[in-house]
Amino acid sequence: MHRAGLIVWEVLNELRGMVAPGVSTLDLDQVAERRTAERKARPAFKGYRGYPASLCTSINEEVVHGIPSASRKLKDGDILSLDFGVELDGYFGDAAVTVPVGRVKPELETLLRVTRESLDRAIQQARVGNRLSDIGSAVQQWVEKHGYSVVREFVGHGIGTKMHEEPNVLNYGEPGHGPRLQEGMVLALEPMVNQGVPAVRVLSDEWTAVTGDGKPSAHFEHTVAITASGPWILTRPKEVTGNSW
Amino acid sequence: MAKPPDREKKPRDPGNPKEDAIEVMATVIEPLPNAMFRVELENKHQVLAHISGKMRKNFIRILAGDKVAVELSPYDLTRGRIVYRYK
Repeated sequence: MHRAGLIVWEVLNELRGMVAPGVSTLDLDQVAERRTAERKARPAFKGYRGYPASLCTSINEEVVHGIPSASRKLKDGDILSLDFGVELDGYFGDAAVTVPVGRVKPELETLLRVTRESLDRAIQQARVGNRLSDIGSAVQQWVEKHGYSVVREFVGHGIGTKMHEEPNVLNYGEPGHGPRLQEGMVLALEPMVNQGVPAVRVLSDEWTAVTGDGKPSAHFEHTVAITASGPWILTRPKEVTGNSW
Repeated sequence: MAKPPDREKKPRDPGNPKEDAIEVMATVIEPLPNAMFRVELENKHQVLAHISGKMRKNFIRILAGDKVAVELSPYDLTRGRIVYRYK
């Protein structure tokens, strides 16, 4: 799974470097697809429940699952969520990062920072002996402390030989509930944070989720293994330490 | 890729009678608080029974002495659900 995760990491980092005004979201998807093929892996999203692309590109008020398109060009001041996953030798890795395009308003910088920090906090809770809801509770507390809201309609998930496995990993809730976390569990932790209301709706393409009030939303994700020595982020190299993204 | 949380939910069994329930005849002994009743089964066992949601919705009133149909769960034979009141 770590090898799958490293491909996700490499691809997301390359895409992150490409992000600039004028680049289309389809350009990013094509690079993701090419790199995945070069590494003999398979894009996990393509064809998943009919999803038409390898990458999810969600701009501004789009929360998750934006479909890349040649006509959708990035603009200065946008924020763009890149969500990507691969399957390698039967195992999955899944991660996401939200990046600014060009120069963005300071309030968007703050939204990105708080969302990333909420993932940091979620990862810190992914320890043997904690309960599942400790993760969601940590996210919700951090997010709501800053006046943002947590998306309820989508959740993180177990991951392994399938992309979506049990259990659901909510990004909200009271601490101390749910199954105890045990060594060897692997979870995709992915807070989705809205600047405005928590509500989201799905557009007529049946994929793109947008915020109910049209305000921007951010999304960060890592695939995290629970080990005796603490959380291990599978979707980045072991040498990389510090903040999740 | 984020997952809609209800994706793996199994469809709920809509069935009345509830799965595996044993339906028996009984007589109401006494009404108890919270819409519960002590009822005596045909085999003289006394069990605690509540009113099924469908009956509660239709305001079926139950008094001591009424003949009723009770569903018992095979897992807890001391409790039941009143599903019908005979006239």
